[in-house]
Amino acid sequence: MEQLYEILNHVDGFIYPNEIVLQWGILIVLYPFITGLVAGAFILASLERVFKIKVLRPTYHLALLTALAFMIVAVLPLVSHLGHPFRAYEIMMTPHFSSAMAIFGFVYLWYLMVVLLLELWFDYRRDLVVWSNESKGIKRRLYKILTLGVTDISPKALAWDEKLGYIITVIGVPSAFLLHGYVGFIFGSVKANPWWSSVMMPVIFLLSAMVSGIALVMFLFMVISWIRKVKIDMACLDEIGKFLFLMLILDFTLESLDQVHRIYEAEESFEILHLLVTGKLTYTLFIFQGLMGTIIPLLTLGFFRVHLPKEKLRKPMYFLASCLVLFGVFFMRWNVVIGGQLFSKSFLGFTSFKLGMVGLEGFWMALAWMILPFLILSFFLWLVPPWKKHAEQSPSDIEV
Amino acid sequence: MGNERIKDSRRNFLRKSAVLAGTLLVGSATKPFTAMLFAANEPDKFQKWYAIGIDIEKCIGCGMCAKACKSENDVPKDPFYYRSWVEQYTIKNDGSMSVESPNGGIDGFTQSVPEEEIFKTFFVPKMCNHCYKSPCVQVCPVGATFVSPEGVVLVDEKYCMGCSYCVQACPYGCRYLHPEKKTADKCTLCYHRLKKGLNPACFEVCPTGARIYGDLNDKNDKIHQFLKDHNTQVLKPHLNTGSKLFYNGLTSEVR
Repeated sequence: MEQLYEILNHVDGFIYPNEIVLQWGILIVLYPFITGLVAGAFILASLERVFKIKVLRPTYHLALLTALAFMIVAVLPLVSHLGHPFRAYEIMMTPHFSSAMAIFGFVYLWYLMVVLLLELWFDYRRDLVVWSNESKGIKRRLYKILTLGVTDISPKALAWDEKLGYIITVIGVPSAFLLHGYVGFIFGSVKANPWWSSVMMPVIFLLSAMVSGIALVMFLFMVISWIRKVKIDMACLDEIGKFLFLMLILDFTLESLDQVHRIYEAEESFEILHLLVTGKLTYTLFIFQGLMGTIIPLLTLGFFRVHLPKEKLRKPMYFLASCLVLFGVFFMRWNVVIGGQLFSKSFLGFTSFKLGMVGLEGFWMALAWMILPFLILSFFLWLVPPWKKHAEQSPSDIEV
Repeated sequence: MGNERIKDSRRNFLRKSAVLAGTLLVGSATKPFTAMLFAANEPDKFQKWYAIGIDIEKCIGCGMCAKACKSENDVPKDPFYYRSWVEQYTIKNDGSMSVESPNGGIDGFTQSVPEEEIFKTFFVPKMCNHCYKSPCVQVCPVGATFVSPEGVVLVDEKYCMGCSYCVQACPYGCRYLHPEKKTADKCTLCYHRLKKGLNPACFEVCPTGARIYGDLNDKNDKIHQFLKDHNTQVLKPHLNTGSKLFYNGLTSEVR
């Protein structure tokens, strides 16, 4: 409450008296960010399987496991932010279908249970059976449970695994689009808020999701290769870089279009939004999201299309580009979620937002939510390492 | 025998499912706008259907309405939560505008603009517009916010999960998350008083009779006279919220 009294002194112009409190804080920034990483990572995986870009093979299982690890966490900040977290199940029991938010639970479960878990299970079933016979102790038990009692690894059964897995991936591509396009719609459909209300919002969310997901897998692929002390597959890395570049162009173009459209139409809300982006959002929009998260990676990856420098230089630049893109997309979410609540719906003033360090909505908690999926991913990589899968070991994977 | 029974019940099940799905499909096709697009409630002709009229020309900015609302409805006393408040608009000679609402107008107003600079000044009392195509009802993911048969927008606090989506969706800033209850809270048009035949608190205390409420279904009601006598306007009409709060003397500066 003291914090609110402090904010009261930092109100610019006139805001409706109920608008001093910011309803959605950093946890709701994390929600579209994490969900976007899931959708993006999955789409990268589907490039290999559905669109047959074989050079991406080394990242296929990593991308899927990453998507799963982040998907498990995606819903947690959301639920913990609720006033009554224990009533969250009501959204599944009595969904109010005119609400854009009502089907979130179903979209989430569909994606988690039907797409990610099933696909991974079909992919790993053979290995789980083999590993459950080879290993000992707790691992053996875990593998046994994960096979769900299906131990048939005859060629016929494996062919079925392949077939079903493929079908699920094909279903998964539109599902990933649905998942994140839908998240964009939750914001884009709020007509009371001109910063959110845009038909472009789902599309922009989707493209930035792909950008961030691809960047995350690129980042992880490099880090994991380094930890495992194996030579990184440069052909694969270059290919990821190529897709990241393509997606960045699309994302940048559409986000710019959205802004150009706003500026040119200059509707009722134009003045206040202009003040918003040139004032409260200057750093996060122009510097963090625009320059660092978009322009620099775009120029770097674009330069690689013209001239491919030596591996020694390329690797750190890819690494830097992926980090910058992740940083930029995080601030894109920040600018949408926080930015959309800073100005008054009276269009006459601003409230302010200060991120606290402690507490459920604080910086440390947000950081914990952000670290958790990496821990879960580490567990997955320990339990079901993609590089130990049958026929997965490429020559470059042999330990050096 | 057993097989046949299973087949039979399966056939029955499929048939029933098909009928159910068909009914739902046809049903949703016949009323697509009310069922899916808005959370619109058609007025029931035999019920009271409340609307509110506020006469800006009569408001003197005493803030009694906002004060009475806080005491009657157990609204937190901190200056961040209001079901009802008053805004002071001051248009200056140079065309610029100053808007203020210190503590929602509860403690009254002082004019911060020197008198010689004032072109005109007036007060605008604000409260829930009890929209009949209300965005807040539309977005509630669990249906905790609903429209009563009398056209009053209410929140079921035992059901609300506190996601704040409705607070985001209200274009008029009429909602807040109750700091203790952790659920959405808003003006109920003093529903508890209406049900006893009493006036809502803010209407009861207004010394100039600047606000009235009444039954839109009753052609003899005072709200109809109000709408007939004045050129009224609602806030943000372009948002098509179906606001039932009609202002007399509303100018384009007010949002």
